[in-house]
Amino acid sequence: MSFVRRVVAIARKDLLAEWRDRESFSAMFFFAFLVLFLFNFALGGDQTLIRGASSGLLWLAFTFTSVLGLARSVQGELENDCLDGLLLYPAPREAIYLGKLLVNFTVILVVELVIFPLFAVLYNMDLWSRLPKLLLIAVPGTIGFAAAGTLLSAMTAGLKARDAMLPFLLFPLTIPLILSAVKGTEVVLRGDPFELAVPWLKLMVAFDTVILVASLLTFEYLVEE
Amino acid sequence: MIGRGLERALGILAVIGLVTGLYTGFLYAPPDAVQGEVQRIMYLHVPLILVSYFAFFVVFVTSILYLARRCERHDAIAHSSAEIGVLFTALAIAAGSIWGRPTWGTWWTWDARLTTTTILLLIFIGYLMLRALVDDPSRGATFGAVLGIIGFLDVPIIHMSVVWWRTLHQPASVLRPGPSTVAPDMQVALYTNLAAFVLLYGYFLVKRVRLEKARWELIRLRMEGAA
Repeated sequence: MSFVRRVVAIARKDLLAEWRDRESFSAMFFFAFLVLFLFNFALGGDQTLIRGASSGLLWLAFTFTSVLGLARSVQGELENDCLDGLLLYPAPREAIYLGKLLVNFTVILVVELVIFPLFAVLYNMDLWSRLPKLLLIAVPGTIGFAAAGTLLSAMTAGLKARDAMLPFLLFPLTIPLILSAVKGTEVVLRGDPFELAVPWLKLMVAFDTVILVASLLTFEYLVEE
Repeated sequence: MIGRGLERALGILAVIGLVTGLYTGFLYAPPDAVQGEVQRIMYLHVPLILVSYFAFFVVFVTSILYLARRCERHDAIAHSSAEIGVLFTALAIAAGSIWGRPTWGTWWTWDARLTTTTILLLIFIGYLMLRALVDDPSRGATFGAVLGIIGFLDVPIIHMSVVWWRTLHQPASVLRPGPSTVAPDMQVALYTNLAAFVLLYGYFLVKRVRLEKARWELIRLRMEGAA
């Protein structure tokens, strides 16, 4: 079996488990929806204010929500010694990392795809025509966030304070990514020319490259034994 | 093995350096033409921040060495250097804040270098918290090494992102190409203090690494006692 097929096999296992109970997805979806709902009250119901801050609000919702799913991705393996089974799988450790990353990326992206139209409906914004450009920003942003999150969740899984520790490590590391995604989304939502978003897009690609290479090189050390 | 002699020598030299630094900073160097006496905070602020960047660089290098060679000593240096780096960075930000109030008119501003430094501080506070939470020493060392490498690699990207976002800081006056913009008398005070803080860092590091070794020794003795 080739490397890619092993990655897909690991991802398929996790997606199947996720599909059967939809535990991560439903927790993330309801949390994101609640956050969107709360923005209205936090900003005093001022629709222009909310629309002006929409890119920041959306990414705040995405980052807070993603942590819920990321924390589960390795934690779930600790029950019933699943991790030992997974480590016995005849694949390089990098395949386990990429498989987990693929699942985290997919789940977060699906949540984002549900949240975009909900946000559009709640705050009366036209997002549909801009969805392709929005995805062009959201995909590299989500790859980087999922890549850093997958690596860090391998460290925090099993800790007593894991629910506090993961965001504490993840948010400072991903600030450049969040900043770029917010700026890029702002350009798209304002309807400014897309060239203005290109530097931010490049920065996200740089972040994704650094974090992916570093993760692939170091992941094997985190899951040994 | 680093002997007690080196530790003592570093400690004495650091004290001499700090006293000389105080003298050059407060008495030898003239007050700034524009900012007046308050500019003397520079002799604390700049050495602290330069030494803390160096401390995080040491974390980065020793973390790579730890993953490559699995030698406990590299991890002890990385962990100790991260602690000193966090302390010095926090002090540098506090000193900068006190300096910023009369000169920039604000305690805090979302300036690029200040923001980058604060994010760096947050990353390494996270590093120390993670290390405190992981019970198994070898797992803690591995996690710390990975985090130390990624945290350091992230700094240029963080810096790029916040520079594009905004900047207000005066351009770097020491670490920059071309002649320095600092007056000669002030340079003497600045470099004296820089040398003093490098020595202080070295002293803390040697002392902290020795403490770490004593801790391992204690764990080993306890295990022997239990067996």
